[in-house]
Amino acid sequence: MNSDIALQAINLVKYFPTGSSGLLGRPDKSVKAVDGVSLTLRKGATLGIVGESGCGKSTLARVLTRLIEPTSGQVILNGADITHTSGKELRDVRQQMQMIFQDPVSSLNPRHSIGQIIGMPFTVQGQFDKEATPVRVRELMKLVGLNPEHFNRYPHEFSGGQRQRIGIARALALNPSVVIADEPVSALDVSVRAQILNLLEGLQAELNLSLVFIAHDLSVVRHIADEVAVMYLGKIVERGPAATVYTHPAHPYTKALLSAVPIQDPSSRGGAGRIRLQGDVPSPIDPPSGCRFRTRCWKAEALCEEQEPLLTDDGSGRLVACHFPEETPVAIGNRAQ
Amino acid sequence: MRNHDSEPVLSVQNLQVSFTTDDGVVRAVDGVSFDVYAGETVCIVGESGSGKSVMAGSILRLNNSSTATTTGKILLGGVDVLSADESVVRGLRGSEVAMIFQDPMSALNPYYTVGDQIAEAYLVHHPEVSKKDARQVVLQMMIKVGIPSPEKRIDEYPHQFSGGMRQRIVIAIALINSPRLLIADEPTTALDVTVQAQILDLMMDLQKEFGMTILLITHDLGVVAEVAQDVIVMYAGRIVEQSDVEAIFHAPTHPYAWGLLGSVSSYGASKRGDLFTISGSPPSLISLPEGCAFHPRCVHSLGSGSRCQSEKPVLRPVGNNGSRSACHLADEVLVSIGTGTGAR
Repeated sequence: MNSDIALQAINLVKYFPTGSSGLLGRPDKSVKAVDGVSLTLRKGATLGIVGESGCGKSTLARVLTRLIEPTSGQVILNGADITHTSGKELRDVRQQMQMIFQDPVSSLNPRHSIGQIIGMPFTVQGQFDKEATPVRVRELMKLVGLNPEHFNRYPHEFSGGQRQRIGIARALALNPSVVIADEPVSALDVSVRAQILNLLEGLQAELNLSLVFIAHDLSVVRHIADEVAVMYLGKIVERGPAATVYTHPAHPYTKALLSAVPIQDPSSRGGAGRIRLQGDVPSPIDPPSGCRFRTRCWKAEALCEEQEPLLTDDGSGRLVACHFPEETPVAIGNRAQ
Repeated sequence: MRNHDSEPVLSVQNLQVSFTTDDGVVRAVDGVSFDVYAGETVCIVGESGSGKSVMAGSILRLNNSSTATTTGKILLGGVDVLSADESVVRGLRGSEVAMIFQDPMSALNPYYTVGDQIAEAYLVHHPEVSKKDARQVVLQMMIKVGIPSPEKRIDEYPHQFSGGMRQRIVIAIALINSPRLLIADEPTTALDVTVQAQILDLMMDLQKEFGMTILLITHDLGVVAEVAQDVIVMYAGRIVEQSDVEAIFHAPTHPYAWGLLGSVSSYGASKRGDLFTISGSPPSLISLPEGCAFHPRCVHSLGSGSRCQSEKPVLRPVGNNGSRSACHLADEVLVSIGTGTGAR
């Protein structure tokens, strides 16, 4: 096992049963939320996962953190297979891997003070100490930019950005090596969003965290990620170094997704080469055969319907799952850097 | 600001809206004035709690009248909405001015087919038309907003549509009476980027076709850059800057606008490098800071004892490209820093 790898997913699958017209009213269909995803997170690096709603990115986060058990596949954390751990072992896993949630309101117990919330991981892990824990909690509050004097305040007394800081402090309480952040800034206003992004980046460098950063906002992921994985209907369609994927997307979906993001410059309005996808994402209950993107792809041919494209290296360290990927220039450009 | 010979379609004059709550009086809109001219697209930008949605709601008098106190003037084609009779305002809603909301699910009634809901909006203002004829009008409208196989889908219910398709239905309802002014309150915020791009394109195409004026409320500066001509930036219930779209991105003239533009990461930029941030968070509208509401977060504030802390800045022309800014800093300072902080 390569010791440079913090977290690895091997062919992860998660189906949710649905429908009731089967035998004896049993579920006869399933939502294929995550359908064969493999990922690697290097130690100290940030892996960004992007995709539109319903692409399975949040389910993937919950499978990776073992909040839910995968239908098949493996999750490997720091060299140990954690796919089917339970009880005491799973509690040890939680110490090494923590999660930051999207909604800073519903992820904090309104009846607990900030001190209790950030100290809770110690209680759960049986490490609570009357002397040491409050000291450590105050340290954590300082670390994330909260005033330690607010130890006894309650979540409703804080703004959205500060609540997200509380969530981050709680995630960092047990010194995890891996943190999975599921849309950590999408509920925040732009000016506050930048504060939280800077905080996460700073903490990552300071604590040498390995970070999985999940978001639908491509520009936020570009800012923070070393590597990017693009998901569509439960599968990864493209994965590689962020600079490569963003400047020279190989998968038509990545290209369309990037092209749909409004550019913050009025002079580039209506620019050439914009791609407008038709229609909506198909249902994950009954995804299209072959390539799942083919129903909205302008390059689709008969082959795309018959055969599923596999994620393959295009020679530049980037993986793409497409029969007709976009040409990559010989020298990978760095024009945006 | 561009020269306008004609009368404005919408003229908002010193609008103030406050709500009485158990915790005190919330001053949601605190003295806002602006004009919107025919055929323009004006974007109102601001963070949550800046008063942009309340402001938009008062244009059609949609705010709860038992808790909201509204003063000032809102002129729609010569009629002052705030003092007009309810029947007059009802006549304006939908026919002269239509509104699109953020969440396309809650804007539609789950118990009625989409066809019935579009037809209802039409029949309210055209009571003489038969249901059969109205159905034809609805079908035409569904084609215009890009709904595939409308003959089949006209009899379906909202839950059978995707988010983007639902927003198209909402747009069809809004445009069925060819309003002069369309108010769109965060119309694409609940949608994915690829669908957002479709809906924005559709709105711009329909604007050309119907010659509509659009007042678009958003927090997304990318959307502003794509569609706006004029931009109004709101903070804590007041307009802090009003400029045309080129100026707001290339030479903004208010410290809050500088902060907003700097704190946005764009995907063209490379990784790392701290984002510029505005420290702190937006103030409570119950107890606004004295003087300029932005001064506690402003790095350019003139300091303690200065006008920033005692006097509310008034919106005034700054620079020579028609921008207006509500800031106590000297014009030369606003222009020179603004030119430096604008988008590349």
